[in-house]
Amino acid sequence: MSYQTLLDAVIKGDIKTATEETLKAVDAGGNAQDILDQGLIEAMNIVGDKFSKGAMFVPQMLRSAKTMQECVEALKPHFQENAMTTKGKIVIGTVKGDLHDIGKNLVRMMLEGAGFSIIDLGVDVPPEVFVDKIKEAKADVLGMSALLSTTMPSMTKTIKALVDSGLRDTVKVIVGGAPVTRKYAEDIGADSYAPDAGSAVLEAKKLLNIS
Amino acid sequence: MLIVGENINTSRRGIAEAVEKQDAEFIVQAAKNQADAGADFIDVNAGTFVDRETEYLCWLVKTVQDAVDLPLCLDSPSPDALSEAIKHHRGEPMINSISLEKDRFDAMLPIVTAQPCRIVALCMTETAMPVTIQERVQAAGELIHRLTAEGVAPTNIYIDPLVQPVSVDTRMGNAVLGAIKTIMNDFPGVNTICGLSNISYGLPMRRLINSTFLSLCILQGLSAAILDPTDKRLMANLLSTRMILGKDEYCADFIDAYQNGILIKD
Repeated sequence: MSYQTLLDAVIKGDIKTATEETLKAVDAGGNAQDILDQGLIEAMNIVGDKFSKGAMFVPQMLRSAKTMQECVEALKPHFQENAMTTKGKIVIGTVKGDLHDIGKNLVRMMLEGAGFSIIDLGVDVPPEVFVDKIKEAKADVLGMSALLSTTMPSMTKTIKALVDSGLRDTVKVIVGGAPVTRKYAEDIGADSYAPDAGSAVLEAKKLLNIS
Repeated sequence: MLIVGENINTSRRGIAEAVEKQDAEFIVQAAKNQADAGADFIDVNAGTFVDRETEYLCWLVKTVQDAVDLPLCLDSPSPDALSEAIKHHRGEPMINSISLEKDRFDAMLPIVTAQPCRIVALCMTETAMPVTIQERVQAAGELIHRLTAEGVAPTNIYIDPLVQPVSVDTRMGNAVLGAIKTIMNDFPGVNTICGLSNISYGLPMRRLINSTFLSLCILQGLSAAILDPTDKRLMANLLSTRMILGKDEYCADFIDAYQNGILIKD
């Protein structure tokens, strides 16, 4: 089955055509998981790629992500109960003392678009809240954002809290935010650094060995 | 219109390298270029060096003021870095910044009231970034109330309405413009200040967007801007906007800039 029209509609951010195409594919006997993987997630892969190359811009990316969300909603009833497979569970949040959420929200949207299931803890998240949620959800990845030099050390504290609770080996840690650098990520013992939403997806896939 | 030159910030690669190598000459040149281009204050920010921010910020203060006779805008969210940097500053600095988040306000208040200085106050609410005009104006009112209660002169307060990208939410431009207008109208004597580049995050042609945004901010009464004064096109836009809005008597600033070669592109 070809998903070209669906791919184009998601990339363009045309909600109406995309949801119609999603349901059309279902009616034609398409498997819901295939439609998700080869249609919607594939479209968002292309969007992410174009975004990192500077060929698409933030508002276009948001529009595509919104379109995908609507398609997923339309597709959900066609999965047998809880059969939708996820690429992995990611806990995400802006660290304690920091209220910046724009970058974190962009990262969340692109990770969702790539087929991960996301638990967004919001802003001003203390280390123990990250740890508790990672434990409870058995998360595969933790994504932390900080936009201030004064709140970056909270990333270190969170990683230390993961070590202390014995969870460090169960979860990969990605950090980002304007003042954060690759070197800082290495220094504090994070597994990876993502300077933008597109690379957050690539890094998450790399860490979990997903092609 | 007060101009704060933004170029000495360690989030810029050249500056970060110069600071690490303690290359005073490079920093002095960046400061002089901005002073020559019309900066009233030179911003210094070493925020990317988390562990050495205080040390580097103090070094920047000394290095810049050794070469340029201008006050500085000491730019850090860290009370420790600011209180140390102030000790090395000559004249009255601008301190960037204080906000209503409880810990930050309490830690910053004794620092900004210890000596005469201009204070940049961010329109953050206590628990979130502001979205609407109303949230910004409310935060501004609270900041002004609490600062003046501690003896700060309204004219030393610079409210930053917090510019956020229109790429993420197309209401963000109007939210800031409306807030500037209301704050300038409701709180006589108080100033408004903002940076420009956040508005264009995630979009192409960012310099054009920043420049257009600056004009609209000036129209609403913005009293100070944090920008790159060596960007000649931006400065030409600033000067012509002020002139058209009747803020430049006899068009003198615009003509002077032209005759001094500041408006010529490159």
